[in-house]
Amino acid sequence: MATRHDTAAPPAKEGGAAPGRPPADAVPEQERRRRARLSRRWQRDVRWSPYAFVSPFFLLFVAFGLFPLVYTGWASLHQVELTAPTDMNWVGLRNYTRIFDDDFFWNAAKNTLTIGIISTVPQLLMAMGIAHILNYKLRASTFYRVAMLAPYATSIAAASLVFVLLFGRDYGMINWALDFVGVDPVDWQGDKWPSQIAVSSIIIWRWTGYNALIYLAAMQAIPQDLYESAALDGANRWQQFFHVTLPSLRPTILFTVVVSTIGASQVFGEPLLFDANKGASGGAEHQFQTLGLYLYEQGWVNQHLGRASAIAWTMFLILIVIGIVNYVISRRLRASS
Amino acid sequence: MRARIRTARKAMVLAAAASLGAGLLAGCADDGKDDGSDSSNGGGKGKTTITLGLFGTMGFKEAGLYSEYEKLNPNIKIAENVVERNENYYPALLNHLTTNSGLQDVQAVEVGNIAEIVNTQAAKLEDLSKVSGVNKSDWLDWKWQQATTKDNQTIALGTDVGPMAICYRTDMFKQAGLPTDPAEVAKLWAGDWAKLVAAGERYQGKAPKGTTFMDSPGGLLNAILSSEKEKFYDSSGKVIYKTNPAVKKAFDLTAEAAEKGLLGAQTQFQPAWDQTIANNKFAAMACPPWMLGYIKGKSKPDAKGKWNVAVAPQSGNWGGSFLAVPKNGKNVEEAKKLVAWLTAPEQQAKLFKVQGSFPSAQAAYDMPEVTGAVNDMTGDAPIGKIFSEAAKQIPLQPIGPKDQIIQQGLTDNGVILVTKGKSAEEAWKTATKTIDNNLDQ
Repeated sequence: MATRHDTAAPPAKEGGAAPGRPPADAVPEQERRRRARLSRRWQRDVRWSPYAFVSPFFLLFVAFGLFPLVYTGWASLHQVELTAPTDMNWVGLRNYTRIFDDDFFWNAAKNTLTIGIISTVPQLLMAMGIAHILNYKLRASTFYRVAMLAPYATSIAAASLVFVLLFGRDYGMINWALDFVGVDPVDWQGDKWPSQIAVSSIIIWRWTGYNALIYLAAMQAIPQDLYESAALDGANRWQQFFHVTLPSLRPTILFTVVVSTIGASQVFGEPLLFDANKGASGGAEHQFQTLGLYLYEQGWVNQHLGRASAIAWTMFLILIVIGIVNYVISRRLRASS
Repeated sequence: MRARIRTARKAMVLAAAASLGAGLLAGCADDGKDDGSDSSNGGGKGKTTITLGLFGTMGFKEAGLYSEYEKLNPNIKIAENVVERNENYYPALLNHLTTNSGLQDVQAVEVGNIAEIVNTQAAKLEDLSKVSGVNKSDWLDWKWQQATTKDNQTIALGTDVGPMAICYRTDMFKQAGLPTDPAEVAKLWAGDWAKLVAAGERYQGKAPKGTTFMDSPGGLLNAILSSEKEKFYDSSGKVIYKTNPAVKKAFDLTAEAAEKGLLGAQTQFQPAWDQTIANNKFAAMACPPWMLGYIKGKSKPDAKGKWNVAVAPQSGNWGGSFLAVPKNGKNVEEAKKLVAWLTAPEQQAKLFKVQGSFPSAQAAYDMPEVTGAVNDMTGDAPIGKIFSEAAKQIPLQPIGPKDQIIQQGLTDNGVILVTKGKSAEEAWKTATKTIDNNLDQ
């Protein structure tokens, strides 16, 4: 190692007992060299050490993020089965072109969109309302805030199983309650819209509290004097909410919309566990099969690794498009404010 | 000074990393060596440990078979490694086989997966037909053939089978004016599934309120299909499910029964289906021996003794497992001996007595454990006799690698729709479209 050699070199001079001072110009020369060396090392340290410190993440990312990405990209160009992953047959873009007339893919895409809408919109509206209420001075407010987060902390599996029982056609509690008010039993799993609403309700139940807390945090950061001056101007609670709270929350709302959109496009656990057939088909007529579920069905149930990879990549591209749209909209909004 | 500390530290980190790495490597190497030296001679103090990879409760341990074998072979220790559900167990097994690592000495295979294993993984498994003590004639012929490749390698030995009969509620049959004695009940539909549906119509005419004749479309379709000589694949391995008239006939008959309201609108093994058992909502179901245990588990205590078992119109099989020995295991020779012993007729009979898994060795059918078997759900009906008769008549039906996917499509994306008001034609269309998409590689 070069460094060790360098630092080990000087001792004879420094430790030497000779009283005679070394030549006057030699010391500064050596000292200067030493300083220059140290400074170079310092600069190198400053320059490269951060990379070393962040490298663990990127090494892991390469192993568990980039490699799978590249590998699925490669697999998506082949006909390959999970039973023999090394046995690949080149098929070019066939796995992609067939997606265009794959009714199941587009059905899943449509379901993902509709479930996304009927779960995200009410969820964010409710979260906003709840956050507004929690923002008042309440007794035991910490209790309510923690309680809001409880669904989020519950595992999807446990929650979905309970919801499956609630939404049962013959023995479910919801149909039982509907029966009381004279409504005919609804086939929550078999019919298209009821099943999508049921799946959405699981998602809403899980994520509303989480979003409410984010909104609440943002609301508490709004300066109190804004409300005071609004009150002085004669604005009532609702006017204050619309003209003070909402504008101040704009960045936060954008954030939750982006996060929820990404979440909605990847919905998987809820419909999987809501499926009465225990497969990934999303109901007898695929009425609540999402893209995530379809990908899983192709890859892990039918074991068509190549097709599943192509679906994964198509989903990835769709997500990028959604991301760009989000970015454009948020820039417009920021510019207008 | 600063630099020196840093280099020293760097050296220490390097040393630590190096020793850790070396330790890990050594750890791996150690594992291999220990087991290797253990297994080769079994001498000294070291016992050979044979590991089994199983799914669910297969009952070998519960029936005391491990301890019996360990007593017979003092140098052997047996350890099992159980994954609760086959849908978690099987993908891992495939993974281990394709990468040739992480395999146990013995691996169990479910009947639904055996065709895929035979077709794609045979090269990685030992041929068990030539192990001493293994007699092909002990097994039911169709069971033996299921695990045999085209070039006559038998890569797994059968443990249990699921010969199907029709279980029915004597009290509900009586209320509906049907006979209750098993022999007479069997006569109602002997030889023809259509007669079973006709009997269902008779039942439905005077049925106790709110009940259906059978439990679910999936159960009936499965029973009819498994009694056919050919189902979804022909013997050359070609997919024929759409052109095989037997499949369409079974589908249409089930759809007809569903249209007439003879079948509960349930998917089997779902909570709602369990509740129809508990609430006595149907009078009959296709059932292999293990189903009696399931019924018992879901029933209220007052259902005890009210069930009986009659011969099905035609015999079919539902369920059963195999044991295979991977070539890459650590104790291949010892594992082969163990598998041969565990699947021998005597052991299968013991397993039946304790666990209710019906023997796949026909040699066991004359043993007292089987002939004398009774079950408290069915009173003193001689279930051992009925099920062994059924087992012997099960056709040798070629099973294909994607049988499960096809059957699930026909059931869960097909006949179930008829109970929800769709026509049989629409249901068939949805089913075949789903299946074709799922089969397309």
